[in-house]
Amino acid sequence: MPELIITKNIDVPGIDRLDVYRQYGGYEALEKALHEYQPEEIVELVKKSGLRGRGGAGFPTGMKWGFLAKNEPRYLCCNCDESEPGTFKDRMLMEKNPHQLVEGVIITSYACRVSTAFIYVRGELAYAARQVQRAVDEAYAAGYIGKNILGSGYSLDVIVHRGAGAYICGEESALMESLEGRRGYPRLKPPFPAAVGLYGGPTVINNCETLSTVPAVVRNGADWYASFGTEKSKGTRIFCLSGHVKKPGNYELPLGTPLRTLIYDEQYGGGILGDRQLKAVIPGGSSTFILGADKIDTPLDFESVAAAGSMLGSGGVIVMHEDTCIVDAVLRMTEFYRDESCGKCTPCREGTYWLVQLLERIEHGHGKMSDIDLLLDICDNISGKSFCPLGDAATSSITSSIKLFREEYEYHVREGCCKVGPKARKPVAAAL
Amino acid sequence: MISEQAKQRMRELAARYPVARSAVMPALYIAQAEEGYVSRAALEAVAEALNMTVDDVESVATFYTMYYQRPPGKKVIKVCNSISCYLRGCDALIEQLERRLGIKRGETSPDGRYTLLTVECLASCGTAPVLQVNDEFVENLTPELVDRLADQWEAEFQAEGQSQGRSPAGAGGC
Ligand SMILES: Cc1cc2nc3c(=O)[nH]c(=O)nc-3n(C[C@H](O)[C@H](O)[C@H](O)COP(=O)(O)O)c2cc1C
Ligand code: SF4
Ligand code: FES
Repeated sequence: MPELIITKNIDVPGIDRLDVYRQYGGYEALEKALHEYQPEEIVELVKKSGLRGRGGAGFPTGMKWGFLAKNEPRYLCCNCDESEPGTFKDRMLMEKNPHQLVEGVIITSYACRVSTAFIYVRGELAYAARQVQRAVDEAYAAGYIGKNILGSGYSLDVIVHRGAGAYICGEESALMESLEGRRGYPRLKPPFPAAVGLYGGPTVINNCETLSTVPAVVRNGADWYASFGTEKSKGTRIFCLSGHVKKPGNYELPLGTPLRTLIYDEQYGGGILGDRQLKAVIPGGSSTFILGADKIDTPLDFESVAAAGSMLGSGGVIVMHEDTCIVDAVLRMTEFYRDESCGKCTPCREGTYWLVQLLERIEHGHGKMSDIDLLLDICDNISGKSFCPLGDAATSSITSSIKLFREEYEYHVREGCCKVGPKARKPVAAAL
Repeated sequence: MISEQAKQRMRELAARYPVARSAVMPALYIAQAEEGYVSRAALEAVAEALNMTVDDVESVATFYTMYYQRPPGKKVIKVCNSISCYLRGCDALIEQLERRLGIKRGETSPDGRYTLLTVECLASCGTAPVLQVNDEFVENLTPELVDRLADQWEAEFQAEGQSQGRSPAGAGGC
């Protein structure tokens, strides 16, 4: 098994408590950061490490910090709103090793000269929020948060804030609106949060896994971190493997590990459920394009997955075997975007509704051949024409599945039923 | 009625944030914990504590699905029906729950015991299918486990009914 970074101590009993976390080197990185580095030096260190965001877009983390406008006060928002279908790593990081996250939040706040940091935890994850709150309380009591941290002269406040059920609040500008006590409608960009963010101040927003990685980078150095992964995609990340595999779960692997290893290796996915044939994989959460089984040897790094026609996204790898009706699966994913559309802009609010209607019609055997192109037409009217990326995301599974499995859509229209799966019409002999 | 204690906690929260209205979401949670849902009194209490209008608070409360606009059942059962749970057979389990509880998804039982909801991905796809009972996860669901859960809930309500019948003080734990 390759060396682990973020999940190295995740199964140590009691690691969620400060004393145990400290026995395993916890908060040493914070001491090192405060006593040996100027804030700007940490930004440089993280730039050099090659760490890129784990929330979806893969933006270089150190570069993001470097963009912060100079005025104060500045804010940090740690994005723990994890709601992308197929993604379940941040919940694990918060529940099992919350101090690692809190340490990352403090170091990042110091690096970015932030005076108040917010940890925005998805509302449904009540236990995760309690774990993070307890870690924050323990860190306050130990002097890692608060006034004049470890005698450095640096002071920080950390507030744990719970969401209340809205996928869109994972989008950074909607998250800030929500934190300011309003409905979670995305904001127009520019200005970007680094210039005008929370309460109008310069704001850094990073994902939970991104910030959980920061302590290890500071403790072991940029070169050490950059020795993992590929030329352009450094380090490791947690792949959330779900769907039709024998051993679903979170697996931390160096970037660039082949998809085949993740799905078939005995240490990880262990192969396809029931030893069936692989049909398709969604590599980065339901907002990313579906890949066909022929892409099984794609290395899981940002560049290779993009070249294969999709995105690493949030790291949610969803596996579908041969008995999956692609139309039904895409319908299920599209319903999510219809329900989670915030309603601010028309293409997404109305378009996702029409997409679901059409997909339902096709799935239930009442579709017309022209509906398939109509779906593509509506996707074209949403993608790139919506206010925020949720609209684009809603179309990914539709356009990619029609490209890969158009024949299956046509089968539904022609035969009035699914081609494969539980709702496929059985041959007469078998039905008797 | 929202207690004075709850209102005090809302005011403290308002002071904790850089801007008072940032406390509207936690304040709504506090109010909801008192009454089970966001009632008119809840909206008014939050508005007063944070110096907002009632309409403004209501506009926030109605955006987020976790603030209930009507009293939910004593046990709120949320079953994930997003893609990874779908691939792992959640639909059959939802139907099973509908049969066991005698209500359809989205409904609350007339006796006020259960609310059954289907929800979006619960960040538990590696242990799909999953549900939550009042925010606590039950993972790796099977038809047998769903039956056992439903039996257990029934038993809890019965025990509660009996203990209430015998001693209004509610002796004994759960
Ligand atoms: C609709 C939508 C939902 C998102 N949900 C999340 C989320 O739950 N968690 C997250 O970290 N990023 C989410 N993002 C990405 C954030 O906007 C942001 O890019 C990210 O938190 C930045 O952190 P990173 O640079 O560390 O990846 C979402 C984006 C969109 C458009
Ligand atoms: S694209 Fe969808 S989620 Fe984004 S602003 Fe428009 S309606 Fe809201
Ligand atoms: S799809 Fe059900 S928990 Fe993610």
